[in-house]
Amino acid sequence: MTTTSNNIVFENVSKFYGEVLGVNRVNLSLPPGVTSLVGPNGSGKTTLMNLVTGLVRPTQGRVSVLGLTPDNPEEFFRHVGYCTQFDSFPKGVTGYEFIYQLLRLRGLPAREAARLTAEAIERVNMADAAHRRVAGYSKGMRQRIRLGQAIAHHPTVLVLDEPLNGLDPMARAESIALFEALGKQGLHVVISSHVLHEVDKISDQVVLMSYGYVVAEGQIHGVRTEVKEHPMQILVRCPNPSLLASRLFSHDHVVEAKLNHDGKGVLVRTKDSEQFYELLNRIVVEENFSLDAVAPNDDDVNSVYQYLIGSGGGTV
Amino acid sequence: MSSPAAVGARKSFADAPWQLWASQLAAVLRIEIRKNLWMRRSIWIYLLAFAPTAMFGIHALTSPMGRNCSIDEDTRILAYVFQIFYLRVGIFFGCMGLFTWLFRGEVVEKSLHYYFLSPMRRELLVAGKFLAGLITASLVFGASVLLCFTFAYSHFGAPGRAFVFNGPGLGHLASYLFVTVLACLGYGSIFLALSLVIKNPILPGIVVLLWETFHAVAPSLLQKLSVTFYLKQLCPVTIPPEGVMALFTVIAEPVSPWLAVPGLVLLSVAIIIAAGFQIRRTEISYLAD
Repeated sequence: MTTTSNNIVFENVSKFYGEVLGVNRVNLSLPPGVTSLVGPNGSGKTTLMNLVTGLVRPTQGRVSVLGLTPDNPEEFFRHVGYCTQFDSFPKGVTGYEFIYQLLRLRGLPAREAARLTAEAIERVNMADAAHRRVAGYSKGMRQRIRLGQAIAHHPTVLVLDEPLNGLDPMARAESIALFEALGKQGLHVVISSHVLHEVDKISDQVVLMSYGYVVAEGQIHGVRTEVKEHPMQILVRCPNPSLLASRLFSHDHVVEAKLNHDGKGVLVRTKDSEQFYELLNRIVVEENFSLDAVAPNDDDVNSVYQYLIGSGGGTV
Repeated sequence: MSSPAAVGARKSFADAPWQLWASQLAAVLRIEIRKNLWMRRSIWIYLLAFAPTAMFGIHALTSPMGRNCSIDEDTRILAYVFQIFYLRVGIFFGCMGLFTWLFRGEVVEKSLHYYFLSPMRRELLVAGKFLAGLITASLVFGASVLLCFTFAYSHFGAPGRAFVFNGPGLGHLASYLFVTVLACLGYGSIFLALSLVIKNPILPGIVVLLWETFHAVAPSLLQKLSVTFYLKQLCPVTIPPEGVMALFTVIAEPVSPWLAVPGLVLLSVAIIIAAGFQIRRTEISYLAD
């Protein structure tokens, strides 16, 4: 594992709450981009995020963010923004006051804090409700204003615990677009979410967790390739799927080839995707076979989650 | 010639971000004082603080021009009310309600993490919250004492004015206000520190109350760990140690004000420093609370 000061680094980190395991022996180095933490309830996702942001301290090991630790809060929290899943606010504040007061705690002068507050409120589309009390907000509005607070100081590391909870489809799409844009700007965006198919689209890498352990990590394609016990599914769309299926059957690495339910393609399950792609190229070239599209069918977070965790788990 | 360690310490002191800390402290004070003064929970503290004020107000209304009472008698009553009610009940429970809620309130309302995620030293947060509590409690109880004093002497007319402005009155008032601030400082530090280590402050509060009440029977060294030990010798009017009152008023080994004031301040600062160390280790786990 490379330890660079540009990454979020866990070095043999364990966290126990009394005798209850939070996470155990975690070694990770998360590069910039969008990282999704995926796992069932109680798998240790929130503990991992709390460890990153210093809300809890490791029982063993060391966590650093861009080479910094929370022991130096003035520097550390300039770079880090955390939207927790605690749906709570200081009493009696408006959305505007909530963000503004926390910016003033950063030592910012009034005018700069006001500018950043207005900017953050604009980014999360809360301008109309900003001067209403948070207590009267809907769950989605509260989620958005907390997100606004987390990004208001322009952090380079943004940690988001279930940021899509309570958001309507429109707000979810906007938030996902925002996370993606922030990831593309070179920020570290660490997201935990149960809406797997949505975070899947924007994740540069995933960390799969189960019972406090990291069961897989890396780019989703790489993780999927390593899950050997589940043959890879590839959907090949072509004008003559029956003929293609008959050509594929005779090869050992092809476990299954069946017509897709719409009749316009072949769904192939193969133990070796590399060999399969070579075979497909050969068929196309040698037999002048025409193809419309070739795409992995279970090369996503959801499938990997099901294979590794949903069906009893395994480790990669 | 300075040692390298001393030079290093001086350099790190000079390099510390004092300006940032000052603006962060000001931000904490703004948030916390507003919260302390306007929160619904403060209503009973106001009632507690201003109950004697109402009593002195009624007394002033029912005894116009000092009818049926004397300045000496009212001075003695004010001394009793201050030493027995304010120091042992009003300020004690007021500070208990206010200072234990500074952090416990954030935990109960699940909002402490917002402070912990700010680029601010947690020790600075303790100092800021403590100062905000001190200012709030001093304002509330100081105002109450000031009103009591005003009502106690205003209804005497010219003799009352003479006592206040040409006699010892203003000196008494200054002493009462000073002791009020010191009481808030002492009790506040204890209750803030207790709230960081014990979830329910009621039981330790009772222990502190018993200690503050009965410390007079403890050895003289232990007596110096009591807030009221320092305060009662700073009060301007001595209450005669008669009957059960002796328990509250007797001072076995008095110390000079020049020792009593720094003694109490040092005791409070030591407690706040301990609270600063404690909060460094504090983790956010609202579910456990």
